[in-house]
Amino acid sequence: MLDACCLMPDNRFLEVTELPPRVIVDKCDGCKAEKEPLCEQICPGDLMTLSEKTGKAYCRYTRDCWDCMSCVKICPQGALETRLSYQLGYYPAKLIPMMGTNRITWTSIAMDGTVERFVVPTRNEE
Amino acid sequence: MASKLPTSLEEIQTVMVETDVLVIGGGNSGCFAAIEAKKQNAKLKVTIMEKAHIDRSGCLAAGMDAINTYIKKGRTIEEFVRWSRSQAGGLIREDLTKSLAEVLNEPTEEWERWGLPIKHDEETDEYVTRGKWDITIRGSEMKVILAEKVREFGVEVLNRVVATGYLMDGERVIGAMGFGVRDGRFYAIRAKATIVSTGGAAGIYKPYQADSVDSHHQLWYCPFNVGSGYAMGIRAGAEMTTFEMRWCATRTKDFNGPIDTISVGYNAPMINGKGERILQKHYAHLGGEAAPRYIRANVPMEEWREGRGPTFVDTREMTPEQVRDMKIDYLNERPSYVLHLAARNHDPSKEPLEVYGNDPYIVGGHTASGYWVDVSRETTLPNLFASGDVAGGCPNKFVGGAAAEGMLAARSAAKRASETASAGSLSDQQLAAEMVRIFAPAFRQAAEGDGVTPREMEERMQRLMDEYAGGVHQFFRMNREGLEYALKNVRILKDQTRYLIARDLHELMECHEVIDRLDVAEVLLHHLMYREETRWPGWQTRTDFPERNDEKFDCFVNSRRDPATGQVQVFTRPYEQLIPGDRMKP
Repeated sequence: MLDACCLMPDNRFLEVTELPPRVIVDKCDGCKAEKEPLCEQICPGDLMTLSEKTGKAYCRYTRDCWDCMSCVKICPQGALETRLSYQLGYYPAKLIPMMGTNRITWTSIAMDGTVERFVVPTRNEE
Repeated sequence: MASKLPTSLEEIQTVMVETDVLVIGGGNSGCFAAIEAKKQNAKLKVTIMEKAHIDRSGCLAAGMDAINTYIKKGRTIEEFVRWSRSQAGGLIREDLTKSLAEVLNEPTEEWERWGLPIKHDEETDEYVTRGKWDITIRGSEMKVILAEKVREFGVEVLNRVVATGYLMDGERVIGAMGFGVRDGRFYAIRAKATIVSTGGAAGIYKPYQADSVDSHHQLWYCPFNVGSGYAMGIRAGAEMTTFEMRWCATRTKDFNGPIDTISVGYNAPMINGKGERILQKHYAHLGGEAAPRYIRANVPMEEWREGRGPTFVDTREMTPEQVRDMKIDYLNERPSYVLHLAARNHDPSKEPLEVYGNDPYIVGGHTASGYWVDVSRETTLPNLFASGDVAGGCPNKFVGGAAAEGMLAARSAAKRASETASAGSLSDQQLAAEMVRIFAPAFRQAAEGDGVTPREMEERMQRLMDEYAGGVHQFFRMNREGLEYALKNVRILKDQTRYLIARDLHELMECHEVIDRLDVAEVLLHHLMYREETRWPGWQTRTDFPERNDEKFDCFVNSRRDPATGQVQVFTRPYEQLIPGDRMKP
């Protein structure tokens, strides 16, 4: 299951649950038009970077992620997903932000499949 | 795409920058400082040196759900000083707090004009309040909004440049040095006035969430704030204050998330495993639910120690609408806490939320740790100003106060820069020495290929501090013997930094993060040893001196490391009360 794993620079696959910022490799295009991928530009911990071998983004040390979701919010392909480490939260809950101009629509999916949606304003209307 | 790591001095390219006002650290406080310097004098060149990217760097990376210090209509500056004083156990710099309070509301109101959504009461048009000094905001994107304004005001922004040391001309600070974590170059930025706003220090102590390797950074405080601003000042001989007043707080268990969102925002009381309202039942004599912050911070630890754990905030009285509003608050500040609830199928209206203490941080925006500054925010190093979490003496600043202090520091720095003809003279010897110090782990990797990784050293330090200097695994408790053991070993680690190795520029940054943290840890240990009393249980619990000793310690504990000898001197400064009344009461 390729899209459930992260392809590391040495072509090794890591298990999903090791990865707080999980890269969905089918969706990631490495932001080819940019000098470096947007997730790499924005990450406050300098953790996201591009694999020269695969042309896809990856997180170099997943344990150092703060779960701030800056990379998830900025990814134009929706190719990033924040996961908590399994030791702290059970599989397979999800939290997905859809970025709008003046709002974020968040979808929370609990481990039992319960879906909640929240629309949160982020900027006053012009 | 990062450049290659230099393997010898000859490979290193140098970037020289001349500016009028240099701001080190482009978080909330630094961005407000940079904008204010331009507002004061648009002709000044203002430069931000930022190790990440100003759109998402510092404490506001994920956003914020409240401004916790806003002086509402009908409240006074004196009231604010009295409140802050009581929350800090009676020990604050009243002059700093008063001057901050005078401008405290300005950044919040400016932010709103720039587009930050803040709720207004439909009838009065005042901000909707939450608790005594708090207003609720929709701050998920507030740092992005602020960064846009930094660019609009014409501030030069150097993203991905790590500051490592001050440029000195004698005793005077004339800028800073560092390296590019993308371009691998050495940077020397000369400035007529310098503002340090690098934030506080996380990662000095081991967090309890660190399960082997997978959740090392599940921290409340920004894990990328490593205390570099403190460390640069310590190395240059700046006077520091009150490091021993550590920031330990009650946080959501396992996630380490903020708790005021629930306890202040929704009046949810803390309860123990027996279902007792802890503050009411066991802490009524200290103010009950309104007890000072350090008392509340220590509550979960004491309950566990007394065999009455685990501890919770009781959210079961909350309505489904309130639970939904609470989740929105978290989405604006730490969105992954909503994921944490989802990953446990946790409905707070049915089950209470578990709380626990966090790994201690050194954070001058919450407690009083940091640079000793005057009312203009100038440090004891001439031409160096400090603001936000790195500046001491003025606790309970939080987001609004850190921004306001950035403005205050910038007003002084802009004035100094405008009055100064020349920044000062650069010494080639100083540049060469810092270049060698910065790139040493890269050269060692190239030459020897063996040594100590920054991660190994960081974990050794964090375990020492946790176990011997009052970390969360020791319920924040410490004694002289433990502190001496920690200091002995921190000194060994400091000596062993010469064995650090880096294989790429990210690891080189990590090397300097651990070097900086060790300098902070050493000074912290001196402060913890000096204060032979227990003034703030939890923040500073000495098991060998369990009582408060006002005769000896109703004063500031300050320190200065002699740059020539490396010796840390610790001394006291008297308390100066400006606003009358019982300092322990709001």
